[in-house]
Amino acid sequence: MTFRNEGRGPALTRRQAYEARLRRRSNTIAALSTLAVVVAIVLLVPLAPRWEAVKKSFFNWDVFARTFPGLLEAFLLDVAIFAWSAPLIFGLGLVIALMRDVRSPALYPLRLFGIVYTDVFRGVPVILVIYLVGFGIPGLGLPRPWNSPYIWGTVALVLTYAAYVAEVFRTGIESIHQSQRAAASSLGLSEGDTMRYVILPQAIRRVVPANMNLFIALQKDVALLSFIGPVEIFRQAGVYKSLLANFTPYVGAALIFLAITIPATRYADYLLARQMKARN
Amino acid sequence: MRLLTSAMVLMMSAGGALAQDSCAAGKTLEDGVLTIATGNPAYYPWVMNDDPESKEGFEAAVAYAVAGEMGFSDDQVTWVRSSFDEAIQPGVKNFDFNLQQYSITPERDEIVDFSAPYYSAAMAVLTTEPVAAGGATPDLDSLAGLKWGGVASHTSYGMITGVIQPDSDPLLYGDNADVTEAMKARQIDAALFDLPTALFLAAVMLDDGVVLGQFPADRSENPDQFGMLFEEGNPLKDCVDAALESLKASGRLAEIEAQWLAEATGVPVIE
Repeated sequence: MTFRNEGRGPALTRRQAYEARLRRRSNTIAALSTLAVVVAIVLLVPLAPRWEAVKKSFFNWDVFARTFPGLLEAFLLDVAIFAWSAPLIFGLGLVIALMRDVRSPALYPLRLFGIVYTDVFRGVPVILVIYLVGFGIPGLGLPRPWNSPYIWGTVALVLTYAAYVAEVFRTGIESIHQSQRAAASSLGLSEGDTMRYVILPQAIRRVVPANMNLFIALQKDVALLSFIGPVEIFRQAGVYKSLLANFTPYVGAALIFLAITIPATRYADYLLARQMKARN
Repeated sequence: MRLLTSAMVLMMSAGGALAQDSCAAGKTLEDGVLTIATGNPAYYPWVMNDDPESKEGFEAAVAYAVAGEMGFSDDQVTWVRSSFDEAIQPGVKNFDFNLQQYSITPERDEIVDFSAPYYSAAMAVLTTEPVAAGGATPDLDSLAGLKWGGVASHTSYGMITGVIQPDSDPLLYGDNADVTEAMKARQIDAALFDLPTALFLAAVMLDDGVVLGQFPADRSENPDQFGMLFEEGNPLKDCVDAALESLKASGRLAEIEAQWLAEATGVPVIE
């Protein structure tokens, strides 16, 4: 038996109609509960005894309008640092991952270096690496411009993030089945060619979503460079905060970060979903 | 006239002794205890050896003098530490007042309350011997050619970009120690501090530090005046203002300043 569908497309089966009803019902419930939560927040938060004070220091429209253009301009520096760090991280991460995959006993020191490197730089907080590299190495007496905090701050970010990216690449490389190496060598490919033409193209593609997540994290950690001098968005917001004794600039900075990271996160999710689909 | 002043001082100090009953009573966080906040760490010459209880250092001495004026004995004063952010965030504070070289600005005054100023600071240029030997002189043209640094939460940033207008963008840091570290690494040539702090950093934190010159407080369009910081609307502010007023009238404040900030003379003035 079928139900009429008011002339739009083919009539639904009984099961389809039931499922559609179920879906409508859960959508309605989801909408109502979301609405209830939003209304509760909008009504209850302003009842907090110090809401007026919080509003004045965190959500101050005048301060927001006054500081937002400056924040946006400072954010360009974050984007620039990200843009030149990301390819370096990708390259160094790949090199470290390959070091850890070296199989010849004579080259074991490389492998050991790869292990120690990832252990150290994944184990130390980014901010410490930035301080130590950003002040320590220029302190050795490098002449300007080679002591620039931009250079050594970037080095610190690259060193740390390359360790994470290397581990992601390594899991990618190890996820390629051993039979592929066997097949490649039976075709007469050298070990290097096997890696280059057989393993890496598959491995890198497989870990794109995982790396996307790391680069989203990097995009936020770029702000840590402000500790050694550059006036990027986080520092600029701090300057406004001190000057105006108001935290609204931080809210503005958070909005700018979100405007970048939310689309990037969604894109990473999309890639992951597409990959899952392709594999199943 | 002199007799009159001494009489006034006498009256005021007599009033001060009663103040805890009349003015400050019930207005402190804890009855009979005055809780004062300073920085973490607190720097020379404002607080000596990071130990405000020793009463040594300009701000420590001022704090105890104000407490005394309000009728608190020395052991009724307790100290807590706070960062700039903690001090200006909305919400309940863990101190009655906070003194750590807070410059009074109208914008800050909207969020928190400030006492009457207890010190007017000249801004001074901290640099290193190689930079000074390289031809840096205390005039604006020469200063504009230097690579500048400063502490992000200080009002000095506005003075660097507004008055000095350097050729390249200044770098900013979290605290004094980071600025001197960047100076040691030669990442910056010069930084702007209040004069006593600049003298301290030049003498102690840097091996080859020099104070190149000072912008006198009365010459800059927006003199840097330090005030004690209160939670907005704290009624204790009036008592502290009265205490500061009587310390100024009695000359005690000037005495404390002479005792702890005496070296501040003899630094060339920037034209």
